[in-house]
Amino acid sequence: MEKLIARYLPKIVVAPSFAAVLFFVYGFIGWTIWVSMTKSRILPKYDLVGLIQYDKLWATPRWLVAIENLGIFIFLFVAIALVVGLFLAILLDQKVRAEGFIRTTYLYPMALSFIVTGTAWKWILNPGLGIQKVVRDLGFPDFEFGWLVDPEMALYTIVIAGVWQSSGFVMALFLAGLRSVNQEIIKAAMVDGIGPFRIYTGIIIPSLRPVFISAIIVLVHLAIKSFDLVIALTSGGPGYSTDMPATYMYAMAFSRGQLGQASASATIMLMTVCIFIIPYLYSELRQKNA
Amino acid sequence: MPDQTANVARGGGKRWSPILLRGLLFLILGLFVLYYTLPLFVMVVTSLKSLPEIRQGALLGLPKEIVLDAWKNAWSEACAGVTCVGLKPYFWNSVVLVVPAVIISTAIGAINGYILSMWQFKGSNIIFGLMLFGCFIPFQAVLLPMAITLGKIGIAGNVAGLVLVHVVYGIGFTTLFFRNYYVSVPVELVKAAKIDGAGFWTIFGPILLPMSAPVIVVTVIWQFTSIWNDFLFGVSFSQGDNQPITVALNNIVNSTTGVKEYNVDMASAMIAAIPTLLVYIVAGKYFIRGLAAGSVKG
Repeated sequence: MEKLIARYLPKIVVAPSFAAVLFFVYGFIGWTIWVSMTKSRILPKYDLVGLIQYDKLWATPRWLVAIENLGIFIFLFVAIALVVGLFLAILLDQKVRAEGFIRTTYLYPMALSFIVTGTAWKWILNPGLGIQKVVRDLGFPDFEFGWLVDPEMALYTIVIAGVWQSSGFVMALFLAGLRSVNQEIIKAAMVDGIGPFRIYTGIIIPSLRPVFISAIIVLVHLAIKSFDLVIALTSGGPGYSTDMPATYMYAMAFSRGQLGQASASATIMLMTVCIFIIPYLYSELRQKNA
Repeated sequence: MPDQTANVARGGGKRWSPILLRGLLFLILGLFVLYYTLPLFVMVVTSLKSLPEIRQGALLGLPKEIVLDAWKNAWSEACAGVTCVGLKPYFWNSVVLVVPAVIISTAIGAINGYILSMWQFKGSNIIFGLMLFGCFIPFQAVLLPMAITLGKIGIAGNVAGLVLVHVVYGIGFTTLFFRNYYVSVPVELVKAAKIDGAGFWTIFGPILLPMSAPVIVVTVIWQFTSIWNDFLFGVSFSQGDNQPITVALNNIVNSTTGVKEYNVDMASAMIAAIPTLLVYIVAGKYFIRGLAAGSVKG
């Protein structure tokens, strides 16, 4: 008997965690998908009625704005963070003095809550006393920088704050990648008389492919989940011009009492993340087993 | 810069003087140092100014006179709606929430990671994959059923409920950290221990745990920052007196009653930021390692 327990002990010990994950992750996802196909409003109902919640969702202007915002935000946020991160990593990799100090100042925003970041940038970007006033006081009285209160431009303030918070992290990823590039190949290229620019674009940057993939996965994932930053910086406004799927879902779930709509929007967010994550996890786990 | 000429071949063209190039490099790096530190600087100076001084403009100026009222106010008097108790009670809510949530999720992650690396069985990789996927889901997909479940267990709206939520959704990451760390431990060590008759717990406790300090530090820091900084779970699953600090901060800043006190807002944001900033300053090295481990394979 004791031997039997000893044999199954690892499975017995891991079982509660696994059960918890099955219930709280997969069971809950199942619940959400199920409820997204019901007529649930303030209280959940469980009679399936097909995809009417999705039809309704895609006919809601506010949701379409949220999706468009997410698309623009993902593209700009990921692209700018990658460019800034790679650029800074390459500069920092030139045997720079005080590298430790510089790296620390680039990366500390990642330790902050998005609510703190949002609060800080909201103050800096406010048209009354923020950057606009600073530049006007410098002798440019006509300078306009009211993005935060401009429905057309408010989304870009979220990009600014998001890039500020995350680009240092991307820099750290790239720096680690640069440090593990095979130095022999670079030396050989230099002996062949290939210039530094060609060495970077032709050899080093292509070899950073795995880092690009990791960074893009993390950034896209951050972007789709972006809820805190939007709430703290713009609360989805002016109007609902900076609404995102995450804020839409929250509004439907907790203030509008539209559980069906909330579940349908959450399901679409989940699907979007899966498109990026599943191939990534699949290849990661396969590599590890090989 | 005498010791840096060695790198000229890599950075310098023929017509550019190395010194000029070096200067440009430091100029750009310095500008980015400004870009990253300016918001923190603005927060600190604003929190130390009086309201009349703030209204005069000079966002970037040092305070003419350092006033600590805003900090005192933010800590114990600031209003969110009609409750005027400052951040103090919510700060302690976050502490009471973070401590057990970090300890429990780290302990579970250590045991899971140990099993999924040293005691692999048929299907253990699938279990690991399923747990890992849980780290990446948008939590919006579990928000509603979680709210209902917390209500049914009777811990809705309080700190115990939030501890449960953070433990459950933290398991994936903590397991990942420990598994990746233990995978790199030589198999011979465990095999030898098994031959010597060491059992499941003997290998884990006296043998593995003492050499796990680095991964424990990484995991604790990671869990601490992500739970302290969490807003979504806090705002969804806690009410009134039980809210964590991020939610209270957001309520204070977005409170529409009374005069807008920017200095109090900034002092509040600083109070919410200080614990994670301290961790970052003290243990930044491990913090970076955790971030990297969370995204790149270990």
